[in-house]
Amino acid sequence: MDYSQFLAMKQEIALLVVFLLVFLYDTFMPARSQKGLPWTATLLMLAITAAGFCPCLLGTDTGLTAFGGMYETSAIVSAIKTILNIGVVIVLIQSVKWAGSEQMTMRRGEFYELLLVTLFGMYLMISGRHFLVFIIGLECASLPLAAMVALDKNRYESHEAAVKYILTAVFSSAIFMMGLSFVYALAGSLYFEGIYNAIYAERSIMLVMALAFVIAGIGFKLSLVPFHLWTADVYQGAPTSVTSYLSVISKGATAFAFLVVMAQVFGSFYADIWEWMLYALIILTITVGNLFAIRQRDMKRFLAFSSISQAGYIMLGVIAYNTMGVSALMYYVLVYIFSNLAAFGVIGAIENATGRVSMLDYRGLYRTNPRLAFTMMLAMFSLAGIPPFAGFFSKFFIFTAALGQGSVAIYVLVLIALINTIVSLYYYLLVVKAMFISEDECVIAPFRSACSERLGMWIAVAGIILLGLASPVYDTLLGLGADSSFAMFFIR
Amino acid sequence: MSVTVPILILALPLFMFIFIGLLGKKMSHMLAGVLGTLGMGTVLVLSYATAFDYFFSGNPLFINEAGERLQHIVFDQTWLQFTDSLVIKLGFFLDPISAMMLVVITTISFMVHLYSLGYMRDHHGVFEKGFQRFYAFLSLFSFSMLGLVVATNIFQMYIFWELVGASSYLLIGFYYTKPSAVSASKKAFIVTRFADLGFLIGILTLSYYTGTFNFTDFTSSAVAGLADTFRVDLATPEAVLSGFRASAAPMFMGASVLTWALVLIFMGGMGKSAMLPLHIWLPDAMEGPTPVSALIHAATMVVAGVYLVARLFPLYLMESAALDIIVIVGALTALYAAMVACAQVDIKRVLAFSTISQIAFMMVSLGVARPDFHEGLGYMASMFHLFTHAMFKALLFLGAGALIHAIGSNDYTEMHGLRKYMPVTHWTFLIGCLAIAGIIPFSGFFSKDEILSAAGGYSMWVYIWMSFVAFLTAFYMFRLYYLIFWWKEHKVREGHHAPHDQPWTMSLPLIILSVVTCVAGFIPFGNLVSWNGEPYDFMAHFDWSVATVSLIVAVLAIALATVMYRKENPLPAKMKRALPALWDWCHHRFYWDELYIFITHKIIFGCICRPLAWFDRHIIDGTMDAFASVTNKASGAIAPLQSGQIQMYVWIYLLGAVLLGGVTILCLI
Repeated sequence: MDYSQFLAMKQEIALLVVFLLVFLYDTFMPARSQKGLPWTATLLMLAITAAGFCPCLLGTDTGLTAFGGMYETSAIVSAIKTILNIGVVIVLIQSVKWAGSEQMTMRRGEFYELLLVTLFGMYLMISGRHFLVFIIGLECASLPLAAMVALDKNRYESHEAAVKYILTAVFSSAIFMMGLSFVYALAGSLYFEGIYNAIYAERSIMLVMALAFVIAGIGFKLSLVPFHLWTADVYQGAPTSVTSYLSVISKGATAFAFLVVMAQVFGSFYADIWEWMLYALIILTITVGNLFAIRQRDMKRFLAFSSISQAGYIMLGVIAYNTMGVSALMYYVLVYIFSNLAAFGVIGAIENATGRVSMLDYRGLYRTNPRLAFTMMLAMFSLAGIPPFAGFFSKFFIFTAALGQGSVAIYVLVLIALINTIVSLYYYLLVVKAMFISEDECVIAPFRSACSERLGMWIAVAGIILLGLASPVYDTLLGLGADSSFAMFFIR
Repeated sequence: MSVTVPILILALPLFMFIFIGLLGKKMSHMLAGVLGTLGMGTVLVLSYATAFDYFFSGNPLFINEAGERLQHIVFDQTWLQFTDSLVIKLGFFLDPISAMMLVVITTISFMVHLYSLGYMRDHHGVFEKGFQRFYAFLSLFSFSMLGLVVATNIFQMYIFWELVGASSYLLIGFYYTKPSAVSASKKAFIVTRFADLGFLIGILTLSYYTGTFNFTDFTSSAVAGLADTFRVDLATPEAVLSGFRASAAPMFMGASVLTWALVLIFMGGMGKSAMLPLHIWLPDAMEGPTPVSALIHAATMVVAGVYLVARLFPLYLMESAALDIIVIVGALTALYAAMVACAQVDIKRVLAFSTISQIAFMMVSLGVARPDFHEGLGYMASMFHLFTHAMFKALLFLGAGALIHAIGSNDYTEMHGLRKYMPVTHWTFLIGCLAIAGIIPFSGFFSKDEILSAAGGYSMWVYIWMSFVAFLTAFYMFRLYYLIFWWKEHKVREGHHAPHDQPWTMSLPLIILSVVTCVAGFIPFGNLVSWNGEPYDFMAHFDWSVATVSLIVAVLAIALATVMYRKENPLPAKMKRALPALWDWCHHRFYWDELYIFITHKIIFGCICRPLAWFDRHIIDGTMDAFASVTNKASGAIAPLQSGQIQMYVWIYLLGAVLLGGVTILCLI
């Protein structure tokens, strides 16, 4: 066996090293040093994120495969992993205070270990080119999350959410694997490339059902409607740090993995089969997500539905089925990470200080905590896609990519998406209105949030403002998208 | 030549605007006023130095061996570069008329700055509210106007043209709590904006066909094209656009594109210079503080239209049709405004209509100028009249301001017999009236006389027409003079409340301007300004017969006014009764405002805007409301799906997956 192929897995190995260091720290360091765990884990994560920008360390500039083609990495793959790393760093920074609190003393290490394991699973989903690897990644990224959701042991909702999550996750895994077994029956292979070549011209009922089940299985993690019903309950019940991790990192990784699977395995069925499945799912996801978001008064539930409809927008990058779609999807994920984490940063800070999470509690926040209110406002503006914030550009690019596909049906889809942005503007502005205009007697009293929370919010706000204005970011992603191995799959 | 001084000329007023505008509230009223005045004084000195340098230094940049004055671009900074050829630049252009305008603008502006120190406070010395704002806006206006006259290209001119309009809007609406001032400022802005639409289309047409914005390219090519026609001797014609005529040959609705472009550009000038039928804003603009009227609506901004035509004069020469249109518009406006001025009660409105009429004189003068008649006498006369008129009209307005300040009303019926109470104002006002009436040796005599000579060279009818207007001018000015200072005595003017002359800050500008008015006629203006830069022998073209006739006309008019208005008598009332229709039409300004109101309210609002508003309210808003309510209802309808029961979640999940596959299969089959 050629051991040098392990070098292709530089990023996974680096992550494992971080995991082991955290594990060792957690296990062997004396109790008095345990307080240092959050910052240690955060700094280690920051280190491998920074290394990702360095081609000679963790970045990979050329396509490499390992284990007989089961694993693949390339510039674009390491780029999306780096994007996820950035998000994880912000999540970790924002959760330092929560993880360091008294109630977490016994479970502090678990939070970081579980989180790093799920991240490892996502890496495998992104890089796997064999369904065995992919499923290991998927399960790795799903099951530990249930434990993370239940970390808030003292809260009843936390348990309930965990149970709901694990039951639905197991169910969806079953459906997904059933779809895969159909595929295996047709193709006789689990390699992406093998399946692609074997069923290139296949058109059968079995294949369509297989596709539907695969999409449903991955759609669960993306919370596409109608596979989304767990989302709101879990987001609400889980600790806020876990919720923010779930909503941005898990979703971003799965979106990219979904794109890989749809292009490299089922690329030949785009035009007449899964384009229309996805078409229906996108319309449902954006619209239903918006319709539910309008009615929510709990901030975390509200952001759950907002993230459902955002997932619909992300899927536009998949249905676009061109290299610009790949870049736009990655850019959207990047911007979405910053915007959503700014919102969760504010929610987490307020929850940690006062324990209040209802939108009604946010009334008059501007007068007592103007900085938090401004951060939240920027996050809402960016999520709604108001220029000049980054959210506007990410929506703009993903719409442009979808329009580049060129069919009339896609024009209609983009039109529907645009109409939905108007609806979304309404509920995002509801939050802004509550903070800036509404009056309330029991306003949240002025407080000073923890240093780590403020740092996290500053980073997120800087991202919201700068990402839209700094064209090199998008240009780099555009170059990666055009050069990537995807280009060959997009020929229809 | 160094660029420091020109940059300072533009930058200082801008800096003053920003400085006083931002920090005005933090400083005392007096400090803001004095700072603004000192800033303007510096600009005045710099401009005088620049103009002196240009005219008298003999620098080969400005004058060649043959004694011709040259156009000189001091600097021309690229501001916006769209493509290689389409560039918008900001620069500083020196030629005879821009140097002259530098002098005019800074002189009047400085006088007004000084005068306002006294004017913008009440009798107890308390400053008016917004005093700092006033000085900030004055600085902004000065900056815009200076930028306009030194523009190197027509687009820069357009930018500053709009800035001038905007600052005029701000100053007319200075008393923003007064509804009449607010509506006057809106009216001025909208009417001039409407005219500027034509200007913009004209600019775009012209630059589309010529491929340039630069004045030098326009004029040098036009001059080159004219060289054959008029046998003008040119040393080195830089024909950037050789064959200009050929490229502009495309026709549109029976006139060449060049004619259209020039007429549209002239439309912009009509708006700013208040030519018929776009004159309606100027009388209303008198709602602004009187120093503003003196600066903007008498001396500087309103002559921007004349300046524009003069700037593009060589181009206009190529299309005599456009010049003929200018003559017709100018002549009609001159007579109209003079007639209306005879029947106004408000002294500032009389002066406003007199301004319209005098600007029309300048326009006519430009329109009748031809190189083959006295070497373009009309051009020189127009610029000369612009110069002298700026001085004496500012003098008259500042005098009127002093009267209004003393009496507290614009109405001459409140004034009567003020000559004893306000001697300084009386004498300076009289000098202004003599100048505008055209009495030798005051400056108006010389400039108006040359305009009439030029008109005579163009057509005898225009000459007679304009002479009649000159008669009316002298008549209404002396009617105004007598009604203010003579007529009868008011009995109540005694003791403490008696009107009296103003503080020195107000008197000094009056005295300076009246001295200028007395001597400006003797400036050898032709040596300085002529249409092609050649020195112009003034006396060789002086027509004594025209001068004599116009002097007789003026004296007759003054005599008539003396008979009718010197002492209280029933003659004016009798005349009013004898010609009731004429009086009504003149008094109501020929019902132009009513006509505009009819067109806007009845036709535009009624027939176009109201249906559109209905459509907006019912169809567009209705769609939006329906959209919102459908969204809300749908949201309520699907709410039960999110029941919280895991069994149901899983069922929906399964159903979704099966349906997704099933429907696709059905569609495929």
